[in-house]
Amino acid sequence: MGIVEIDNIAYEYIRRDEEGNVEGIVRAIDGISLDIKKGEFISILGGNGSGKSTLAKQINAILYPCEGTVYVDGKDTSDEENIWDIRQSAGMVFQNPDNQIIGSVVEEDVGFGPENMGIPTPEIIERVNEALKTLRMYEYRKHSPNRLSGGQKQRVAIAGVVAMHPKCIIMDESTAMLDPIGRKEVIRAARALNDVEKVTIILITHYMEETIYSDRIVVMDKGRVAMTGTPKEIFSRVDELKKLRLSVPQSTALAYELKKRGVRLGEGILSGKELVTALCRSYATM
Amino acid sequence: MSIICDHVNYIYSRGTSDEIHALKDVCFKIEDGEFIGIIGATGSGKSTLIQHLNGLLKATSGHIYINGEDIYDSDYSLKKLRSRVGLVFQYPEHQLFEETVLKDVCFGPKNQGLTSTESQMRAYEALENVKMGEDCYDVSPFDLSGGQKRRVAIAGVLAMKPEVLILDEPTAGLDPEGREEILHLLKSLHDEQGITIILVSHSMEDMADYAERLLVMDKGSLIMNGSPREIFQNSAILEEIGLSVPQVTGVLREMRQKGFDVDISATTIEEAADSIMRALGL
Repeated sequence: MGIVEIDNIAYEYIRRDEEGNVEGIVRAIDGISLDIKKGEFISILGGNGSGKSTLAKQINAILYPCEGTVYVDGKDTSDEENIWDIRQSAGMVFQNPDNQIIGSVVEEDVGFGPENMGIPTPEIIERVNEALKTLRMYEYRKHSPNRLSGGQKQRVAIAGVVAMHPKCIIMDESTAMLDPIGRKEVIRAARALNDVEKVTIILITHYMEETIYSDRIVVMDKGRVAMTGTPKEIFSRVDELKKLRLSVPQSTALAYELKKRGVRLGEGILSGKELVTALCRSYATM
Repeated sequence: MSIICDHVNYIYSRGTSDEIHALKDVCFKIEDGEFIGIIGATGSGKSTLIQHLNGLLKATSGHIYINGEDIYDSDYSLKKLRSRVGLVFQYPEHQLFEETVLKDVCFGPKNQGLTSTESQMRAYEALENVKMGEDCYDVSPFDLSGGQKRRVAIAGVLAMKPEVLILDEPTAGLDPEGREEILHLLKSLHDEQGITIILVSHSMEDMADYAERLLVMDKGSLIMNGSPREIFQNSAILEEIGLSVPQVTGVLREMRQKGFDVDISATTIEEAADSIMRALGL
């Protein structure tokens, strides 16, 4: 059984006018089944309004489905008794770091989650230090969060989730507001948590190149799953992605252009490194 | 409309323990009709800088000249400046507030003192510019998609007929198609209507594709000023200050390291493909 099991769910938003009368119903999720394995790194792509965030919110019981069931670590999210367990198993990191940080000192902020869980103080301290070290923010533990860069703040927010020892972390466009290095830092942190700590990562993003290391990519469209596959499989379907308002990583686009012009290159090039290696294999004179 | 920043300094919370020197002796000139990109890590002073250009923040020292006129002169009209230099903030859709799209876009020109017919004419034109059709006029802006909302918010600024349009990360949070739509829109406003565009972005790839000149900010100082080609040759400096080069430029540099005789100045996919073809002798 997977860590997250989504069984044929639907979710509807009810739109109301000013008097509270129902104006219409938006079916944001329309029949999705998805099984996420323990330790998997999964990326979710999709245009604005495709239902990515609505889906993410189902996984830690901020929302629960109108139809179908979501199980997180074997627990049904629509059963209110499970809410605390579920939010402990599945932590969420949002887009804007400034909206997620509440402590006036970094370590205090990271300790907020475990403290809320009623963990004894010595263990909180241990968890906070460990989480900050994992996110390479330990040296900033006494700093005020508002003096940190965007990438650093976001890593503090992730440390706050890590300190709760979740089995799964959902990152809902957590890199959207960051500069290039900040984005790299956050993605590197997510990969390390996945590799070393075996935490399941669910990454939602609009940056194609951030998803190339995932085990699996799920592409959403109009509340449904439009494609799933490995990054190599997904990013070879350039035209279909375009139709879904998406693109491919720039290195993949360059490889595609070169192939069109007659350069001998294999399929499934995702990163600059892979492209250079492939070119070396075909053309290096040394 | 030309803009000159002459030794501009700005200090937040001056005289307190929280004092931050956010802009340090910034000097540059922007000519009429340019497409300028401003890049810099979080906290490098980009947003502070652009708020100076329409007089929202006043420099602690230094001068700003718009078309040769000092905007800090006592008889200079800041109100007029703000309708000539339009500023689109980050996540501008959070500022939508009216009941319908049309009313929202009319708000700016009405505030400028135009009659309601004139304002509506301006709104029609602005909405057409951002490719929002008639069918959306009476829709509530809150029922639109993320990309549409953002285009309506930009239309709200365009309706004031600015000569300079400054945008702070207008593509953040949009899907790739939505990003392209916004950038195409800016390019056509620039190419067809001669509007000066000043774009703040964290996407080096977008900057390489669209900007004619880049201003690079680091810790409050302007440290580089040049074409994307020139700027992106300095990958070591850029990485040190929290930025990067476009992915394709990185590919070319790596090829050079592996011994290919490749021109590494390309910054877009097309240019990079050209230089790789030349290097491979194809």
